[in-house]
Amino acid sequence: MSFSPNIVGFACQWCTYAGADLAGNLRCKYPPTIKLIRVPCSGSVEPEYILESLARGADGVLVGGCHYGDCHYKDGNHKTSRRMTVLKKMIEDAGFDPRRFRLEWISGAEGQRFAQVVEEFTRELQELGPNPLKGGA
Amino acid sequence: MADKIKFGFLLAGGCAGCEMALVDMSEKLVDALDHLEVVFWAPTVADVKYKDLEAMEDGYIDLAFVDGMVRNTENEHTVKVLRQKSKTLVAFGACATLGGIAALGDIYSKEELFNQAYKDTFGTDNPDGIMPEPQCLWEGKYDLTLPAFTNRVSTIDQLVDVDYFVGGCPPHHDFVAQAVQAIVAGNLPAKGSWLTSGKAVCDVCKRNPAEHDQKRLPVGEVFRTIDGRPDEDKCLLQQGYICFGPVTQGDCQASCLNVNIPCRGCGGPIPGVKDYGARCASMIASSLKDDQTAEKFVSKFNDMAKFCYRYSYSAGILNQKLTPGRKN
Repeated sequence: MSFSPNIVGFACQWCTYAGADLAGNLRCKYPPTIKLIRVPCSGSVEPEYILESLARGADGVLVGGCHYGDCHYKDGNHKTSRRMTVLKKMIEDAGFDPRRFRLEWISGAEGQRFAQVVEEFTRELQELGPNPLKGGA
Repeated sequence: MADKIKFGFLLAGGCAGCEMALVDMSEKLVDALDHLEVVFWAPTVADVKYKDLEAMEDGYIDLAFVDGMVRNTENEHTVKVLRQKSKTLVAFGACATLGGIAALGDIYSKEELFNQAYKDTFGTDNPDGIMPEPQCLWEGKYDLTLPAFTNRVSTIDQLVDVDYFVGGCPPHHDFVAQAVQAIVAGNLPAKGSWLTSGKAVCDVCKRNPAEHDQKRLPVGEVFRTIDGRPDEDKCLLQQGYICFGPVTQGDCQASCLNVNIPCRGCGGPIPGVKDYGARCASMIASSLKDDQTAEKFVSKFNDMAKFCYRYSYSAGILNQKLTPGRKN
């Protein structure tokens, strides 16, 4: 049996979470690898949450927010984007594979795309194998 | 008069800067010494051997400070013994609380570190490539041992139970004095807390824009300290010189900022921060203007992990899980 990754998804309640909902309504097929956590805004996702998810054994972390210009709080997603740029470089420099972490803009109308992203990310993580940080929290 | 407080001070894997900070208290230390009886201060000040410490009864020392991180088996052993012999144990300084500069060594493997130290460095003359070994039989009869290098750096509280924390590299003597006075007076907070004000560096910094009724603006240009001389009165972060003041405890009275140097976070995280480096990344990125600036920022600093975790890599979430030396 192929390895089934464990993905933690932080989904903005205005866009990506609605997108996931739509994916369900549209009966889109995607692997059951993602566990979604609804957050008020992708800008409220602290890098600490991501590191903690990875340290506690998630194989990958997906942060989903609104497209630029669509943020309910005007510029929350811009902040997310800047933070994740810095975080990505930081974990890479510390010796951790940054491909286990992904940032996507998915709107409430993009159910198909949500399913696609999860499928793609799952495949990528399957190639990477289990998270080296796994092994008890 | 009540009995004096029995006091112990251990230098683990540190540089003795914290000892200097304690001595820097000068008159205040002399006053405090009326209430303190130094029973152990090794290996720097008092001539007390480790075996004397081992011979003490459990809980004999009322108050012990440890400075420095745990880097070898000797540190490991003495810290554990000291914990047993002391009623209250205080992790003192950036190394003891967060890992300090030495913890950055965890980004490399033991082989890489040893090669750098004993082979590759420009000034090293070691043609036979002799490396330190924890054990050796010299001249066939002397069995010599050295403390062995541990796999990774640990903070004191990753090894034993710690009652209080004091950050800083080294801790500012004014605040050490306050901590010592609080201990002497028995006026202590709950176990496990930091003996600090809990305020951020920005709170005590004279450059804080809020002090001058100015607004904080997004930063459009990022500089390193070698890129020129910042304006002496304006907030460094506002000028684009990255400063960790917003997320660092300001028990130092913003000493570095007072001499035009940005904060690098030796004071330890403000309360509520779980991972100092991640919070730094978050704080810096949030003050930048746009994506391009963020890109410029990460390309300008060649090692983001060392930059954000300068004093706190050992206490970081990633370091506790990654095998040392995973880089490259």
